[in-house]
Amino acid sequence: MKIVVCIKQVPATNEAKIDPETKRIIREGLNSILNPFDTYAIEEGVRIREKFGGEVIAISMGPEKAIEVLREALSLGVDKAILLSDKEFAGSDTWATSYALAKAIEKIGDVDLVICGKQAIDGDTAQVGPGIAAHLGWVQATYVMKVEDIQDGSIKVRRMREDGYDICEMNFPAVITVLKDINTPRIPSLKRRLAARQAQIPVWKPADIGADTDKIGLDGSPTRVVKTAPPPAKKNVAKRIEGTPKECAEALVRELRMRSII
Amino acid sequence: MILTSVTDRSKYSNVWVVAEFLSDKIQPVTYELVGAARKLADKRSSKVWVVAMGSGISQQVGSLFAYGADKVIVVDDSRLSGFIDELEADVLARLIGKYNPEIVLYAATARGRALAPRVAVITNCGLTADCTGLDIDPENGDLLQTRPAFGGNIMATIRSSNHRPQMATVRPRVMRALEPDPDRTGEVIHETVEMSDMLKIKRIIDVFHSDETTVNLGDAEIIISGGRGMKGPEGFELLRKFAAKVGGAVGASRAAVDAGWIPYSHQVGQTGQTVQTKVYIACGISGQIQHLVGMQSCDFIIAIDKNPDTPMMQLADIAIVGDVFEIIPEIMNELSKM
Ligand SMILES: Cc1cc2nc3c(=O)[nH]c(=O)nc-3n(C[C@H](O)[C@H](O)[C@H](O)COP(=O)(O)OP(=O)(O)OC[C@H]3O[C@@H](n4cnc5c(N)ncnc54)[C@H](O)[C@@H]3O)c2cc1C
Ligand SMILES: Nc1ncnc2c1ncn2[C@@H]1O[C@H](COP(=O)(O)O)[C@@H](O)[C@H]1O
Repeated sequence: MKIVVCIKQVPATNEAKIDPETKRIIREGLNSILNPFDTYAIEEGVRIREKFGGEVIAISMGPEKAIEVLREALSLGVDKAILLSDKEFAGSDTWATSYALAKAIEKIGDVDLVICGKQAIDGDTAQVGPGIAAHLGWVQATYVMKVEDIQDGSIKVRRMREDGYDICEMNFPAVITVLKDINTPRIPSLKRRLAARQAQIPVWKPADIGADTDKIGLDGSPTRVVKTAPPPAKKNVAKRIEGTPKECAEALVRELRMRSII
Repeated sequence: MILTSVTDRSKYSNVWVVAEFLSDKIQPVTYELVGAARKLADKRSSKVWVVAMGSGISQQVGSLFAYGADKVIVVDDSRLSGFIDELEADVLARLIGKYNPEIVLYAATARGRALAPRVAVITNCGLTADCTGLDIDPENGDLLQTRPAFGGNIMATIRSSNHRPQMATVRPRVMRALEPDPDRTGEVIHETVEMSDMLKIKRIIDVFHSDETTVNLGDAEIIISGGRGMKGPEGFELLRKFAAKVGGAVGASRAAVDAGWIPYSHQVGQTGQTVQTKVYIACGISGQIQHLVGMQSCDFIIAIDKNPDTPMMQLADIAIVGDVFEIIPEIMNELSKM
């Protein structure tokens, strides 16, 4: 089996602060991390290989610095890593990103299964996985909580839905996106970590994957961010209740009754 | 599809909503999307169309007119039972090519978030995820799509000027449905699945319904929600009692969920559920923006916190300054007196 895992480097946004003057994200000193959902994608790819043989290749599109997450993937057990990096790729939206990743997957060749994280925590779109499947013309299963079975060129998965889950089966080649429920990622051994640090990671440019330059980067992206603003202002000034716990409770219940809430 | 000229642009009109079905039953988010579509269509002097794809669904579409739809395209076919992403995407892309809508809205549910990006790629269109605001640019008629980015720290406005249709997903309970008007009627168009749609297919083997994966907070009128200030699972036990007393559901901040005090299915906020209840009582929740985006459109917000200066205490309609462990039992006492 040949498995590709798509991983992304994202800013650790839980540390993000807004500059009160400029109303912009303070990016200085913000750490970059492997998108948390992608750790589960890596682990699942490695587990499938351990059971069924073959190889797992991690790919990422991003700046040179994104090589860090590919090294992390190597330390977590993937066999190979490839970075897509070039100024032509910069500014890609999910359409263009999924196009570039799909082209890279075609270039790798003979891939049976692509595994993505559910979503990246910087954009939270969850669009790249299905986008890759659509560009390749492959079947897809999103929000996968469990791989039930793999045999004879097909995969059976448990997909989350709003009111529970379903179990569906599809033939390879296929794309799946995975939830945190799917596994518990391993901790890399020191030996693997050292080896990952030494590994040669090829960097592919648009020409290497035969990407049409009209379809990548800012120019190839159908969407455009035209404005950013701080979140909407607070809607009203709170009515404050202070006093002993009993007084507070009485005042609140009175307010609720007055408004016929209870 | 890429626009290359002004005449191209005029070929596209009407606002489409892709109806959301679960087990072939229409979901309330569809009416919310129709409400949002109505406002956009009125600004564009165009119509609201709903595309309903499923199995045995024809009887349900009548209600869509009452909520503001003008036309409904029904694709009722047993092969559309369950969620077959590839087939639905092909059918929808073909209909888009046939009727040329200007805007297409999807629910940002498990199904909509799998379907929309697939259609966007096939039709070569932009797609904006999880919009919290939709408006029309009065100058050129473009759709202005506002969504939180960077974990909700920033609101970004996105447009897709050179492509039609413009596509967006919207989470349940972000938009409001219009008051239904039972006298409103409209036209139903029947379309079919065609052999050319059936390219690839997956087999749905089984469907399981469980309450574990989703606690549907949206169905409650009152949510009692707790954060790190509840200190531990025992704190949430107290909230459960409080909720039982007022007939409400229990919600939580991510901090409480991450600490393992309550399952993820209760999480409210950007990475949890969006809620729009009559009353939201935040107990020991500071109200970081990622939490606020999930509950700020509740009608009446009450905050209980030791710290009077948190964002939640600013946002709330009533802010009670004090210790949750002292105040909540007193409130329950007070309610017992009724
Ligand atoms: C990408 C991203 C997505 C996120 N998504 C979500 C999301 O969906 N939902 C979400 O909630 N968060 C989300 N977060 C996290 C969010 O930023 C906050 O970290 C989180 O909401 C804080 O939870 P809290 O208010 O419970 O905890 P805290 O911020 O620690 O607040 C606890 C509050 O309790 C008060 N308190 C303490 N003890 C008492 C007491 N005895 N009595 C009264 N008050 C007391 C304190 O004064 C304080 O105000 C997300 C973050 C990121 C980066
Ligand atoms: N630049 C990228 N490089 C590699 N994989 C990506 C990239 N962007 C997104 N992905 C994959 O697509 C998933 C969903 O991302 P998103 O659609 O941005 O929320 C991620 O969890 C990754 O698996």
